This record gives sequence, structure tokens and C-alpha cells, in this order.
Amino acid sequence: MGEFKVHRVRFFNYVPSGIRCVAYNNQSNRLAVSRTDGTVEIYNLSANYFQEKFFPGHESRATEALCWANGQRLFSAGLNGEIIEYDLQALNIKYAMDAFGGPIWSMAASPSGSQLLVGCEDGSVKLFQITPDKIQFERNFDRQKSRILSLSWHPAGTHIAAGSIDYISVFDVKSGSTIHKMLVDRQYMGVSKRKCIIWGVAFLSDGTVISVDSAGKVQFWDSATGTLVKNHLIANTDVQSIAISDQEDSFVVGTAEGTVFHFQLVSVTSNSSEKQWVRTKPFQHHTHDVRAVAHSPIALISGGTDTHLVIRPLMEKVEVKNYDAALRKITFPHRRLVSCAKKKQLLLFQFAHHLELWRLGSTVATGKNGDTLPLSKNADHLLHLKTKGPENIICSCISPCGSWIAYSTASRFFLYRLNYEHDNINLQRVSKMPAFLRSALQILFSEDSTKLFVASNQGSVHVIRLLEGSFKHLHTFQPQSGTVESMCLLAVSPDGNWLAASGTSAGVHVYNVKQLKLHCTVPAYNFPVTALAIAPNTNNLVIAHSDQQVFEYSIPDKQYTQWSRTIQKQGFHHLWLQRDTPITHISFHPKRPMHILLHDAYMFCIIDKSLPLPNDKTLLYNPLPPTNESDIIRRRTAHAFKISKKYKPLLFMDLLDERTLVAVERPLDDIIAQLPPPIKKKKFGT
Amino acid sequence: MVEEESLRVVRCGGSELNFRRAVFSADSKYVFCVSGDFIKVYSTATEECVHILQGHRNMVTGIQLNPKNHLQLYSCSFDGMIKLWDYTDGILIKTFIVGCKLHALFTLDCAEDSVFVTINKEKPDVFQLVSVKLPKSSSQEVEAKELSFVLDYINQSPKCIAFGNEGEYVAAVRDFYLSVYFFKKKTTSRFTLSSSRNKKHAKNNFTCVACHPKEDCIATGHRDGKIRLWRNFDDEKKYTYTCLHWHHDLVMDLAFSVTEMIIIHRNLEASAVIQGLVKDRNIFTGLMIDPRTKALVLNGKPGHLQFYSLQSDKQLYNLDIIQQEYINDYGLIQIELTKAAFGCYGNWLATVEQRQEKETELELQMKLWTYNKKTQGFVLNTKVNMPHEDHITALCFCNAEKSENPTLVTTSKDGHFKVWILTDDSDIYKKAVGWTCDFVGSYHKYQATNCCFSEDGSLLAVSFEEIVTIWDSDTWELKCTFCQRAGKIRHLCFGRLTCSKYLLGATENGILCCWNLLSCALEWSAKLNVRVMEPDPNSENIAAISQSSMGSDLFVFRPSEPRPLYIQKNISREEVQWGVFVPRDVPESFTSEAYQWLNRSQFYFLTKSQSLLTFSTQSPEEKLTPTSKQLLAEETLPTTPFYFILGKHRQEQQDDKLNEALENELVQLPLTENIPAISELLHTPAHVLPSASFLCSMFVNSLLLSKETKSAEEIPDDVSMEEEKESVDSDEENNFTEEVQDTNNTDLGKDIIHQLSKSEEKELRKFRKVDYSWITAL
Repeated sequence: MGEFKVHRVRFFNYVPSGIRCVAYNNQSNRLAVSRTDGTVEIYNLSANYFQEKFFPGHESRATEALCWANGQRLFSAGLNGEIIEYDLQALNIKYAMDAFGGPIWSMAASPSGSQLLVGCEDGSVKLFQITPDKIQFERNFDRQKSRILSLSWHPAGTHIAAGSIDYISVFDVKSGSTIHKMLVDRQYMGVSKRKCIIWGVAFLSDGTVISVDSAGKVQFWDSATGTLVKNHLIANTDVQSIAISDQEDSFVVGTAEGTVFHFQLVSVTSNSSEKQWVRTKPFQHHTHDVRAVAHSPIALISGGTDTHLVIRPLMEKVEVKNYDAALRKITFPHRRLVSCAKKKQLLLFQFAHHLELWRLGSTVATGKNGDTLPLSKNADHLLHLKTKGPENIICSCISPCGSWIAYSTASRFFLYRLNYEHDNINLQRVSKMPAFLRSALQILFSEDSTKLFVASNQGSVHVIRLLEGSFKHLHTFQPQSGTVESMCLLAVSPDGNWLAASGTSAGVHVYNVKQLKLHCTVPAYNFPVTALAIAPNTNNLVIAHSDQQVFEYSIPDKQYTQWSRTIQKQGFHHLWLQRDTPITHISFHPKRPMHILLHDAYMFCIIDKSLPLPNDKTLLYNPLPPTNESDIIRRRTAHAFKISKKYKPLLFMDLLDERTLVAVERPLDDIIAQLPPPIKKKKFGT
Repeated sequence: MVEEESLRVVRCGGSELNFRRAVFSADSKYVFCVSGDFIKVYSTATEECVHILQGHRNMVTGIQLNPKNHLQLYSCSFDGMIKLWDYTDGILIKTFIVGCKLHALFTLDCAEDSVFVTINKEKPDVFQLVSVKLPKSSSQEVEAKELSFVLDYINQSPKCIAFGNEGEYVAAVRDFYLSVYFFKKKTTSRFTLSSSRNKKHAKNNFTCVACHPKEDCIATGHRDGKIRLWRNFDDEKKYTYTCLHWHHDLVMDLAFSVTEMIIIHRNLEASAVIQGLVKDRNIFTGLMIDPRTKALVLNGKPGHLQFYSLQSDKQLYNLDIIQQEYINDYGLIQIELTKAAFGCYGNWLATVEQRQEKETELELQMKLWTYNKKTQGFVLNTKVNMPHEDHITALCFCNAEKSENPTLVTTSKDGHFKVWILTDDSDIYKKAVGWTCDFVGSYHKYQATNCCFSEDGSLLAVSFEEIVTIWDSDTWELKCTFCQRAGKIRHLCFGRLTCSKYLLGATENGILCCWNLLSCALEWSAKLNVRVMEPDPNSENIAAISQSSMGSDLFVFRPSEPRPLYIQKNISREEVQWGVFVPRDVPESFTSEAYQWLNRSQFYFLTKSQSLLTFSTQSPEEKLTPTSKQLLAEETLPTTPFYFILGKHRQEQQDDKLNEALENELVQLPLTENIPAISELLHTPAHVLPSASFLCSMFVNSLLLSKETKSAEEIPDDVSMEEEKESVDSDEENNFTEEVQDTNNTDLGKDIIHQLSKSEEKELRKFRKVDYSWITAL
């Protein structure tokens, strides 16, 4: 593997925002997750839970409800009173429509997918008709006294249950009138709480309504008679979310204590047809409130204030032991938030609303392998760049020479010129950006910092030549006719001749920058691309996919390389394929052309193409060989994958020069320390 | 009446009552507990022991109500028998001989004529649940050999097996496995928890299991304190469970209530005992007699001294000595109550408690308690912290009558013995009294191991390892020393009454020495590995129990002569730990030379398994305490037509019983069988009687016979049933002295068979032959 001096960076104070809603789409097996800052992320559960799309947040747009309707259409509603539909192809907002009912607390799409229901602050329940390109207000239901916090359709679409404060109303859809009003007990263990908030309702096809409330109760109501059937007291605090499976044989609730309870419909005795709901497994994967839960056919999905998205498979539903059978905890975004100017040793950190520029510290000391060297010069916080406007930053980049910074929000593109005068930095915004550079999904500078590549959300890639203080638009690579898919990953060859761009699902396009035309398209693969890079000299394109496959494609030969074919024939090590997180960055060693450096959140790997590939019997994760071991044994046990798990969770790792690495870590404890304190629970023995 | 009996070792308490789950009768009037070889029947209303069901020859391991008749009780034992009892009258109905060790018993409503037992085959740790078909037969003893296998690899404890949903399935747990066998489908599902090698799931092995009475739901308890509720377990893939974590320590037991899904469970190590001797892990204090209540005093609940009434087999009260909350946690080193002694006719009680966490950190405390007549209890008077530098090995009060000042001597491993006397405390009214140290003695830095006052209190003997020193108790001068160089002294005591000039010492090397204090010379010595040496306070006798590989032997001797008065070999299979003489309230008058040592005191001893045993010459039914006798079924017959036939008969019986028993026996032979037959008929509850046709012929037959004899001889005085029994008893007890080996087995077994025998003529005739040959010999 070779010895490296490693900059272990821990000053990236990135805190993901808490999860507010999750919505599972059964048709496409995708999961939409909205966060408290308004970001909406789309996870593809079929592609190893890869976060394939995201919509940047907006300060005023706090989502309170999220739902899929009519197949693939995603709607969200929030406290600004707007209903928003997202364009999943172009990755932008299709339209926003005011419901005129004050803040929206809840939203539900009808089982047929043709109608959308929102519950508003003023107690109104509004029905919208979903038309092919818009939604249209249809009518109001009987207005209630207080805000509607939860909504659920009867699977037949004839009735609606709406949870409000202290009561649940059942509406008839045809007439829009209230049929029943079911009052919920305010008492909590003999003490009268102020109000009982119905955080969630679920309407079953047999007419049962399940409600969860702030008194810690899960209650079963008969909607025909409006009576309470059964009561489970499961928590001392609020039960905040409920999700029911499609078969209506199990549901999941999340509490403010961070516990997720699974309820199942089981037969009372093995030979009788009588069935009852029983609480079965409790899961404690969260430390904070579980604000949202979802129930996919094979897994329970939960997310909350502690920013983790937890996917807990149901073992009895998983047929074979595969990737789905393990518990998944997704904390970090599956994209790069850090960029690096190698020559100047600068790191650019991207936050939701600002950028930070840091200069790495340096040392004069030397030491043995494994030593921690003392810093002679501490890391320097050079720049804090705040965005203008309420929108979140989508992407950012610093040029390899360190003199350009570019970032983009959903509506504006910013380019800055940096001048270094000893310790002072002079920041100068490049004005008069062209109109087509409005929003970018990915920004990349060429190795010599003379060209800027911008992937915009219409599927086009712009090439811009950078001059001292100004720029010139060279060319726009238009998407192939008929596709509107936006590009989200870019890679440029070190000599600047080749540009590779990849969208969310279609193949990788390789452009010839000199001739400004499409060179070739790498054959499409079933799983989305998670990282791209072009090797120096050989111009081999290395592509990592979300199913943990790595391909090497020779751009000049327009075909996969021999090594890539060999590894595809032999297959990757099973432990490699079972890894948890996607590869987010690939780089190359300038002096060792056989090496590929890549990392995910929990490991850093150097693939040495000259060594034999490991088979399933060999140890994949070999610890660093002890120094006294003889070279023969080391050579015999050596294989192509050199993996280090020393740094985790790893957000970024790159080679600064031949002997220096930079690793950006973000310990989970530091994130938890910045979250609001969880509900205090008495622990036994303390 | 009391001439001919032989001494038998009798169990009189101490066996674990909570060895198995207690069982309530169907009407909840009685609760049944296993206790050693017996089953105790307690009345729930009065808390008194109503019956002791005796008959098993080894530990009783399971009891269950007969599902077909709730007035009957099944029991199983290590002796390989299943017995069916009528518990209201305390009689044995039937015995089924299975043949192999039975570890647990289960009954089912729906299982016709069969019960379930746990047995172990071949390997010592592999247990199987089998169902035993109980054959229908009218005879008393039936062989039940028809076993059918149900489940393999289960735990021997009955808590680890449960039958659910009216016998649809049986669940058994062991280690990390839950096995469920479905009787209808004849299939077994097995569920495995991840083993404790995984750190996250450490200690999650199963400890107990219970089944929901109506639903398909199994509750299991685990070692880490969790309770899991399993459902859908008929499908090995779709099963599901929920976890409840209420305990910090292992779950000992679980139970469902009938109506709701409430789970009752406990996990305390100390268990509730209705009555009887509370067992502690270790008896440090030995056995003592409270001079006031004549109660046996020993370690009780943690940190307590228990006062146990031997007469009523009942715990009187617990005295809290340590007075600290007992924290039940594994690995915690507790304060132990190690020594206790009564002095001055029960006016003073001295206790010693210690706690040693590390080699160098010894916490020691001595407390002196005075008896308060007003409150009728012991009150703490003096607390001495660290009375010695090291462990206290012995403490003893000077119990001499003349001593006006109470004196206490403690010996310790630190090489000193200390004399403590009661003095005025520094109170201006001179009313408060307290104990202070008066004298500290030592001998060449040897560890002091034992101490003993002579009967008149003039001499104190303290042993220092191998050396015995004699001190004058007035001046605390060293008078003389004895040394045999025969190992460390283990026991030390002075002779009493006429033998008060002798001092006895037993050493670790198995030598018993007797020194004459007048000549200061060794009188005699004997090779005897003495475990327990106890002087009788009311006579010169000294009892010594020696331990050999075969068992424990008892020797009773007087210090004046080296030849023992009485030897009883093999009094117990296991090691005897403590013994004590208990003075009798009413002296007995054994004429036999060998038993005279029991005239004024009774000897009790405690074995390693903490059963309290004693010697008795009485038959078991005579031993029943007065209270329990009252609770027995009324002896008097109701005024029925039968009464008019038999009532006179019985009165005469009683009058003439003693006088004419011997002379009439030969003439009355035909009568003796009639009367038991009828009385038996009247005593036996209706539900256990054989068919009416069978009875009728017997009954008529018996009446006919009696008429014949009446015509032959006017007065039908005869040997009563009881008397006959007694003679049988004593007869067997004679046998017993001859074959000491099976002491417990023979007498218990046959007694009951006899007492409960139905009036089958054949058997009675058999007995008659045996009995009377023996009686005529008198």
C-alpha cells in the first residue's frame, strides 16, 4: 500500500438536518425523505439504498407532509401553506400552489391516486384533483375546530379519518360531512395532560382506525360505531408516527423516545381464524424523536431528529440472505461535500447555507509508521462565504490551483476569484453570469484550472473557459434528443481532453473537450453511478456503481479494459459487495499508474491492479501487515484490495501529493453533541 | 408403651419448601409444597400444616393435581414412583412404579390416563420429556412402563417446560433453544437465540417458560432479566416475539393469570417461605437453643437470626442483626452473620458479623443484645467495631450460676482472646450498662481457636492451635497448658456435673483427647474424626459425630470412661455440620440402657444439605403436633345407622384396649379383621372407594363374621387398628436396628402402606402372622 502522511481533518462541522417525513413508493421501490431544512431526498431501495436524487432545501419551505401520488408523482406540503410537486427528471420543483388554508400539517393521496387531500391549520380538509400536469382544488370538507394533523384514506376511497387535537373525525368523501367524532382520552396515567394530539391515523379496510397520540397511546377504533376497541399504552411520551403495510397485517409506530414498535396481526390460536393485533418487536435504533416511519414490504423504515435513516428488514419477509437482510443506517449524503485544491492544500467545505475554506496545517516533524505528528502550524480558517437568499447550496467546487470557487443554488450560480496576498485573501465575484448558468447540479474545474464544467439540470453540460477575472462560454453539450435527464456527476481527464458525465440512471457519456463533441457512451448499467474518475496518461474511466461494482473503461479504445473484464469474470469478494455505503470518490496516484484510490464512508481502499484478485476464501480486510513479517508471506497473502478502516466515518479522502493524503472525518458523537438533547430516560442503575 | 422402640433418624424440618412450585388445590383451601421426601399440605386459612404426605423414598420432585379428580394429587420422586394421594385425608391411593429417576411431573386435562415426566437417559445432562401411561388397575402398586417420548434435550427444571392452550402444545427451553412440540401435528418447532458469544446478547439464555392459558402465546424468562412473548410459533419463519425488560437480574419464574395477559414473575434470590426453617446459603452460627423459648436459633434470612420452634415446625420470628438493606446482586460481597451466642439464661445475646472484600480489608462488628421483658424481644445494647484484628473464631458466655457479672470471651485469629464484661456506662444515673473489654490474653502468638467455660465458671479453657490453656476466671492467670501435638484443636468442651473435672478436645487429625484437670494429665484419647461435639447441658453425656467415607456416625459417651454409651452408625448419608442438645420439657423414661442418654434432652443435627434431623422412637403419626391433629379429619363417626352398629363397639374398644389386648388376641382373631374393614369403609372418602358391589359383599361379610363372634363371646374387645399398627411399626423398627443401611427407606415406606391399607383380607392376614409371633414373644 505504501506509506502516507495523512492529514486527519476533523474540523468539518457538518450536521445533517433531522428527518421530518418519509414516504415509500411501492411501484418504483423508492423512498422519499424530507428533512427539516426542506431538502427532499430520493433513495432507490432496489439499488442498495442509494440516494440517487435530491432537491435542495429552502429556508421558508419546511415540509410537514410528503406523499407519492398517481404512481411516480411526488408532492410535499409545508408550513408555508404551499403544495409542491417535484420534477423527478429535471430535479427541480415543478410548481408550488397555495392551498389557502394556512400552514399545511398533513397530506394524503387517495388510493386511486387521482385525488390529494390536505389538512390545514384552520381546520379545513381540502380535496384536490390531480390532473396530468397540475392539481386542481375540488372542494372543502366540513371544517373542524383545530388543525388537522393527520389524514388517512380508507383503502376503498369512500371515507377519511382525520386526526386533530383531542379527537378524530371520520368523513364521508362523497358528502364531505363528518360521520363520527371520536374523542380521545386526555388522561395520561391518571394525570390530565393539557391536550392530546393525534399525531397519526391509519384507516384499515375493515373499518378500523388506528390512532397514535401524544399521550403515548396506540388506539384501535371502530369507525362504523365510533367506539374505542383496544388501547395499547406503549410510551411515556408522544407516539409521533404510524405506517401500515399494504397487506394490513402489520404496522409500525415511532415514539419520541426513539423507540420503534412493530405491531402484527396474529391469530389468537393456531387453529382459529380469530386474529388480534399484538405488539411484537421494539427497536431502539434512534436516540431522538422518531418523526416519520414507513413500511415497505420487507422492511421498517424510520427517521427522526437524530438525522439517521434506519432501514430495518423484517427477517420473516426476506427470502434469501442478501443485501436487504441487514440493518442499514444512512447518516451522510451519498455525494461529495468537500472539494480540495491540491497544490495550495486548501479544503472547501459545503454547508447548507455557507462555504468554508480551510488551509491545512503542516508539520516539520517526522516519525515512524503509526505515529501522530505534532503540528507546527495549525489549520487556518481562511474564508466563510455565506449564500445570498434562502436557498440551500446544491454543489460547490474549488479549482485545483485554489484561485476559483464556484457554487450554485437552485436559482443562481456564483463564481468567485480568489487572490492570495501572503495571509490576506481577496475575494472577487465574477459578475454577469450568463442566463443559462442558473442552477447547476455539479461543478468541476479542469486540472489546469482553465476550464469550468457545469452540469445543469436540463441535461446539458456547459464548458466555460476561465480567464484572469473573466470567462468565456465555449460550448454546451446538449443532451441527446428525447432525454431530459439531468447530469449529476462529472469527471475530467488530467490532460483536459476528455469529460465524462453521468446522469441518475442512464449511462456515462464521454465528451471530447478538444473537438467539443460526444466521443462515446459507456454501456448502460442497471445501478446508478456513485463516483467517476479518469486516470492520468491511460485515460481509463473508472466508474463505481451503487451495487459496489467498479468498472474500468478505456476511453481511447471505447471498451472495458482487460482488468475490468477479468474482475467482472471472477466477481468481487462477497464482503466487498456487502459494504454499507457507496463509493463517493475515486482518485489516482500520479506515480503509480496501477493504483486506484477510492473510499466510502467506512473504508479507504487502494486497488493495485498488478496484484491477483481476492477470491471468497481470502481475507478481504487484512490488517496492516506487521513490520517484522517476512516479505514472502506478505507477498503470498497480498491481493489487489488494500483496505484501511482506520478513518471513519469518512466524508472525503484524496491524495495531496505522492506521499500525502487528506482524510476528512466526521465522528458521529460530534454530530449527536450538536443535536438538541433527547428526552431524558431513567436508566436502571444510575 | 415406650419400651420396645428403637431409635430412628427422623427428618424434622429444614428441607426446601420452594424446591418446586407450590400447587393450590382446586378450591384454594390448601396449598401443597414439596419438602424433601414429603409433601406438606398447608391450609390457606390457618397457615398450619394439615398433613404431611409421606411415602416417597427420595426427594419429591413434582406435584400436580389430578385433572380428573381435583381432590387427588399426583406426586413424583427421584425414587422412580408416581403416587396418587387423597390429600384431604392424607392417604395414599395408588403407586405407579416407573423405574427411573423422575425429575418433574406434569398433568394435562385432555391427556387420558397419562402424565408427563422428565427423565434422564444415559448422559447425565440430557433430559427427556416423556408421557407415562398410567394403567388402570385396582391394585395398590402398579408398574407403569409404557413411556412415549415427547421432547429431547430439555432442562431438568419444571420451570423450563410449560403446556399451553389446553394441551395443544408443550414448550420447553434450554440454554438458547425454545422447542415447541405440537401434539396434534406431532411436529417440533425450534427457535434459537443468538448465543452469548455475541457481546450484545450476553446472558440471554432462557431460564423459565410459561404458556398463555387461552391464546397461542409463550412467555420466556431470560438470564439478563428480559421476558419475551412469543407468538405465531407454529411457523418457524413467521414467528414473532416482543421483549419486556423489567428486571435487572435473571427471571426466576413466570406465570400467566387466568383472565388477562398479566405476567407474574419474581427474581429475588431469597424466596418466600410460608413456614418452616428458612434456609440460608451457609449456616455459620451453628445451632443454638434460646433458653427462654427453647427455640432453635440459627442463621435465617440474610442478616437475620431465626428463631424456629421445633415443636411446631414453625418459624417464630427473625431477629434483624445486621440492620442493613440486603441488596440482592450477583457478585456483591455481603455482610455475613458469623457467630452468635446466648448467655445468662437468655438475657444476653452476642452476635458477630463480618465482611471481607479483600485480603487486608476486614470489617468486623460485635453486637450485644439484651432481652427486654417489656417488649419481649432483644434490644441492641453495645456495638463493638473491630473487636479483634482478625476473624473471630469462637465466643462464649460464662453461664455459671454464681457469676453476678455477665462475662463474654471471644477468641480470634489475631492470637488474642478478649474477656468482655458488663459495666456501668458513663451515665450519671448509673443506669445504662454496656460491655467493655476487661482482659486480653494471648499465648506465644498462636491463633486462638476455641474457648470454653467450665460449668461453674471458675475456669476458662482457650485453645491456641495445638495447645489448650487453662485460665483462672477470677484473676485471669494462666493455670496450666495441655499439648498433645496431635493437630489443631477443632472442638473444646468441659465435662458436666460429675464429670466436670474433665476437659475434652477434638483435633483436626482425628484424635479425641480427654484431660483430667485435677491431675493435669491426659486421661484417655481415642482415634475419632470428630465433626461435631456437643455436651448435653442436662447430663454428663457428650455427643460426637464423626465423618467417614461411608457417612456420619454418632457416638455418645461420658468423659469419665472412654467406652461410648451408644453408637449409631450411618445416621446420615451426607456430612453433618452442626448438632445441638435440646432439653426436654417432660423427661422421657427410656428403660433401655442404650437410649437413656435421650431421657432429658433430645439431639438435633443439621446436615450439609440443611435438613434438620433428630432421633425419635415414635411412629410418624404420633409425632404429629397437637395442632395438626386437631385439623385432621374428625375421628368421631357421625350418627348414622352405621354409628349405631359400630358406636358401642368402639367405646368398648377404647376401654379394654390396654387391659385385654394381650390375653384376647388369640380368641379375637376373626374379629380384628372385621372392625378395620368397616371403619376403613367409613373413613375412606366416597370418591376413592371401590364399586358398591365390591363393598357390599365385603361389608355384609364382615357383619356376619362379627355376629358369629359375638355369639361366641359376649364382649368383642379387640386389638384396635391403631394398636396393630404400632406393633407393626415397632416390629419394623427392630428390623431397622439390625439393618442400619436403609434406615429411611424401610420405615417410611412400609408405615404408610400399612396405615393406608384398604381392608383387603389377604394382606391383614399376612400381617397377623408376622405380628403376633412377635407379640407373644413379649
